[in-house]
Amino acid sequence: MNMHRFTQNGMHIVLDVNSGAVHVVDRLTYDILAIFDGANDAAVLGAFGGEHGAEAVREVLAELRQLIAAEQLFSPPLTVPSVLASAPLVKSLCLHVAHDCNLRCTYCFAGTGDFGHDRGLMPRSVAERAVDFIIENSGPRRHCEVDFFGGEPLLNMDTVRHTVAHVRRREAETGKVFKLTLTTNALLLDQDIIDYLNAENISLVLSLDGREAVHDHMRPCADGSGSWAEVVDKARRVVEARQGENYYLRGTFTAHNLDFAADVLAMADLGFKQLSVEPVIGKDVDYALTEEHLPALFAEYEKLALIYLERRLAGNPFEFFHFNLNLHNGPCVAKRLMGCGAGHEYFAVTPEGDLYPCHQFVGRDEYRLGDVFAGVEKTELRQRFRRAHALNKAECRECWARFYCSGGCHANAQLFNGTIDQPYELGCKLQKKRLECALMVQASLALAANRE
Amino acid sequence: MAKHIVTVNKASLQKTVQTGGCGECQASCQSACKTSCTVGNQVCQK
Repeated sequence: MNMHRFTQNGMHIVLDVNSGAVHVVDRLTYDILAIFDGANDAAVLGAFGGEHGAEAVREVLAELRQLIAAEQLFSPPLTVPSVLASAPLVKSLCLHVAHDCNLRCTYCFAGTGDFGHDRGLMPRSVAERAVDFIIENSGPRRHCEVDFFGGEPLLNMDTVRHTVAHVRRREAETGKVFKLTLTTNALLLDQDIIDYLNAENISLVLSLDGREAVHDHMRPCADGSGSWAEVVDKARRVVEARQGENYYLRGTFTAHNLDFAADVLAMADLGFKQLSVEPVIGKDVDYALTEEHLPALFAEYEKLALIYLERRLAGNPFEFFHFNLNLHNGPCVAKRLMGCGAGHEYFAVTPEGDLYPCHQFVGRDEYRLGDVFAGVEKTELRQRFRRAHALNKAECRECWARFYCSGGCHANAQLFNGTIDQPYELGCKLQKKRLECALMVQASLALAANRE
Repeated sequence: MAKHIVTVNKASLQKTVQTGGCGECQASCQSACKTSCTVGNQVCQK
């Protein structure tokens, strides 16, 4: 499919898939695009001229022809950039500095922190070697990334501090620039750690699921008590200490809170403005999302998009990760195909130093790619990940969203279909709905800016 | 001024087929989501 058209919030929106151009059209144009193929003017006139008048139909056709000439409608298919045929360079590592956690979240893909294996902390030596592994394998690429992840990374601040010091030393020696992030449940944040994370400019992903009852149901402490009140208190302290910058508050919704827009708004109303809330990934569990939930979830995304827009236009905005679509300076085609880079540019590192395609693959032993000491040993598997992009997957090749999701999450595809080459269908349906909402939001904001 | 169509952006993915791929932008999964693979909301660093 090379064009996608939909109506939301009273707007008729057309996406030209291969160029990325977005158009807001009137009802007549929208209806004409149901049959117009670029060469059948007579058929279009026959179908619409009687009701709307030949002159109006000719006007629409003339405007559509201008878009075709400008390659903003029915634009030609994209070829795969040659960079994808070159040897991959490492750019990001997710360091599992602690395979242990102080929460017992029901839906955790880490199996409450241990990833199905022994609980353990990453020693300094493994983390140091991981940083050197990036530097040695990133070629001329200047920007590199490390995410401190777990379990709960604050359980191993000794290794975090040591790694950051090593990163700073190696930056000075090599000219590389590292972006550091830390994904945490916030419970262990104290003033000393807050000051340290701010001083080192470490981006934070803080976990909170919205409303207190929703959060506490899925994110209890090890003793079964709720964690919401303490998380909110600590998250507030760290966000205030960094002037509301350089963080995301990230939540998960499940079958238990299909009305998740209320959770996003609860987070916004608590004063957090950088928000990301994601569908849970689960199979054969009571909280799993299924096809029958989709109508409710679609309605919820539409509702959230309207409130997002309303608050933004009223000067009381919050950011929602999936609506922040950049229509003007978005990524290049290569990036759109490589996506997260899992398995070829991006790896997760276990406390022992083993390399996996990403944090979600850790514990799926057949996907162990090598380790930070010997490097990637399963080079064919690495190539399989590099080739598993939207233009190489049967389900994705004709999908209108193919340049926005890069072919979907490999870990989810493997979990549900046993292969990284067949995307997780429910995830695709939710992704497409989010994209439509994001396109509506961005088109609305652009039109509002034009009016000013 | 078009009467029936308003074009919101002047995107041209085609132009980036040859010029892109430097890889200096953030890995999409590291930014906020950790469970999905959205790249459309990343920003080009060039």
